[in-house]
Amino acid sequence: MEEKIMMAHGSGGSATGELIDQIFDREFSNSTLDQMEDSAVVAGAGQIAMTTDSFVVTPAEFKGGDIGRLCVCGTVNDLLMRGAVPKYLTCGFILEEGLSIDLLKRVVHSMAETAKEAGVQIVAGDTKVVNGIGELYINTAGVGFVPDGFDIAAGNARVGDSIIVSGNVGDHHAAILSERMNIETDIESDNAPLVDIVKNLLDGGVDVHTLRDVTRGGLATVLKELSGQSKKTFVIGEDKIPVTKKVADFAGLLGLDPLYMGNEGKLVAIVPASDAQKAVDIIRHSKYGENAAMIGEVREDSDGRLIETTELGGERELDILQGEGLPRIC
Amino acid sequence: MSDCQEKTGWFINMTIEEVKDGLKNYDGPEMNIMEVCGSHTGAIAKNGIPGMLSDRIHLLSGPGCPVCVTPSSYVDKLLDLAKNPHNCIVTFGDLIRVPGSTKDNLSTARGEGARVEMVYSPMDTLDLAGKDPDATFIFAAVGFETTTPVYALLVDEIVRNNIKNIKLLTAIKTMPEVIRYLMESGAPIDGFIAPGHVSVVTGTHIYEPIARDFSIPFGVAGFKGPELLAAIYGIVREYGHGVVKNFYPSVVKEDGNPEARALIDKYFEKYDAAWRGMGQVKGSGKILREEYRYLDAGSLGLDADHKANPACCCDKVLMGKIRPYDCPLFGKVCTPMNPQGACMVSTEGSCFSYLSNHRKDK
Amino acid sequence: MCVALPGKVIDVRDRKATVDFNGNRVDARTGFVDIAPGDYVLVHAGCILQKLTEQDADEMNEIFSEIGA
Repeated sequence: MEEKIMMAHGSGGSATGELIDQIFDREFSNSTLDQMEDSAVVAGAGQIAMTTDSFVVTPAEFKGGDIGRLCVCGTVNDLLMRGAVPKYLTCGFILEEGLSIDLLKRVVHSMAETAKEAGVQIVAGDTKVVNGIGELYINTAGVGFVPDGFDIAAGNARVGDSIIVSGNVGDHHAAILSERMNIETDIESDNAPLVDIVKNLLDGGVDVHTLRDVTRGGLATVLKELSGQSKKTFVIGEDKIPVTKKVADFAGLLGLDPLYMGNEGKLVAIVPASDAQKAVDIIRHSKYGENAAMIGEVREDSDGRLIETTELGGERELDILQGEGLPRIC
Repeated sequence: MSDCQEKTGWFINMTIEEVKDGLKNYDGPEMNIMEVCGSHTGAIAKNGIPGMLSDRIHLLSGPGCPVCVTPSSYVDKLLDLAKNPHNCIVTFGDLIRVPGSTKDNLSTARGEGARVEMVYSPMDTLDLAGKDPDATFIFAAVGFETTTPVYALLVDEIVRNNIKNIKLLTAIKTMPEVIRYLMESGAPIDGFIAPGHVSVVTGTHIYEPIARDFSIPFGVAGFKGPELLAAIYGIVREYGHGVVKNFYPSVVKEDGNPEARALIDKYFEKYDAAWRGMGQVKGSGKILREEYRYLDAGSLGLDADHKANPACCCDKVLMGKIRPYDCPLFGKVCTPMNPQGACMVSTEGSCFSYLSNHRKDK
Repeated sequence: MCVALPGKVIDVRDRKATVDFNGNRVDARTGFVDIAPGDYVLVHAGCILQKLTEQDADEMNEIFSEIGA
């Protein structure tokens, strides 16, 4: 019979210990975590970046990824967006009674692999078990070290800057929805840690003004938010937005707009126009950045507007995602 | 093509650039052109078309968003059915957040334990029902002529296979009747962008009597930017003429799809459907025929329409009498996160589209 | 209203067809038009509503000529 999570796994007693030993510590083992102290004590830095994020995606496993890879990428990428080098993660698991232990093992293994890829250590963790239908939720918090002299922030876009996106948009959202909506496709989630892209941009001497990972709400939501934080008008070109035909048609079947579809391994970089081509070249030569494109520019001071010039020759003003972005058919 | 189509002698084989110039520099009589279809409303905004037109061409959004024109009592009935633990409501994503007479919707009902399944196709209900024979699956069958054939196919499967645990709650509407109603009630419209996918089923001829009776041009349009521009240009060129032109010939035929209509007629009959903000419109809907009414989950009599906010102007917006931004609630109390009327709920609702695209017409 | 997309028929079975949309595949119901693998069809909510008669490129010429027809 398939092993399942039971309430006893959250009791704090022997079943909890077994879970930690057999699954979590086996995968995450490092000298800090192995001490099994109430908190992890780690080396520090002058300026640190901190962030936290919770992950509730269903299904927990999807094409191209799973909630484990996602919860590492999400937090690592948030740290990277301030120019920080991601160092440590903590994770809190909320497991519903009935969760398949095999699934949990796969998710934890995936977390460990992704943490290795991103160069971070998981140094502390917690597990709780609740009543439910066998799903799992993960919170991760992260710490990164910010090198001296870096000031990468959402409000730093300047008039004349170029706007770059690190690759095709909409894939993650499509991969998740395809599972729920009975549409057969091999579109995979783009969930990925963007360590290589950010490291190469900064090491390459690009004067990065702003970085933002493009997640829920999609590219348009992120750009609209950045335009508001920097009080500028952003202008992007519809024909410049990288979207695969496959994702475009998937979106077309469900009445969705790829500009508002979620991603988990893409970033927007805003850099001086003089650095733009160099930045695109660097991103394209970095892991997960091969489809990077320059998509627009920072036009003028305003209270924060996002304009798209359409392929047809018109202009459309975009806002943040309104509502939930549900599929629309009839 | 049609007998009421006039030969006007405009030059053939224009380029897209010439069409754009023609629309930008148009200096003829002022024209209000209504796009009846919600997907056209979306495509017009997505392509940035309003800014490409002369000041003398005004676009209006019409009653072509199914969930926007569905009266609140329909949603109330659905929520009522959802309360029964033996029922599962099956729906398109379109309807999930549409409120009934209170703030409740299918999403909040699900939060309270109701079973609600979102699907891409009504036919997915067959799978769901097969896997769970003890539950009753109720498909929330809203839509226009495009979607009705799919409902007819679903009913056909249910009848052929004697499936006991699927029912439909219908709010099926038809376009020609409501377009005529708009014209008869004095809506200031000089031309219609006719709905492309409705016309795939109905054909272009259904608009001809209305075109003729009111001397207004219809252009059946596709959903790509150039297709819409061509249709708008064609309509502008025919100002004052009762003609129907087909700018979506790859899938729209003069007689539409007779096989699809035959199956619809086998299972459904005309009735006086109620439209949100407009009340009952004669012959403007379809309901299961009496011999198949046993498959109906209670669709008759769902005519009552409760305005959540008395100042809501959805009705006037749907009839082209005002623009969404002329409503005093627009963007203030009424937003997509806190919609006061259905036009702000659906992503293809006029108010939603105008707000999220900052659309301003001239 | 009425989101529908053209796709290519890959396979036809009993009252069903697999339709491909640039790599996304949907099981669509048939019954309203005669179709064969290779046909381009318009699909709405998992149902084939019509067969496309023209390639897109030709269609543009046709719609622009309709302006003046």
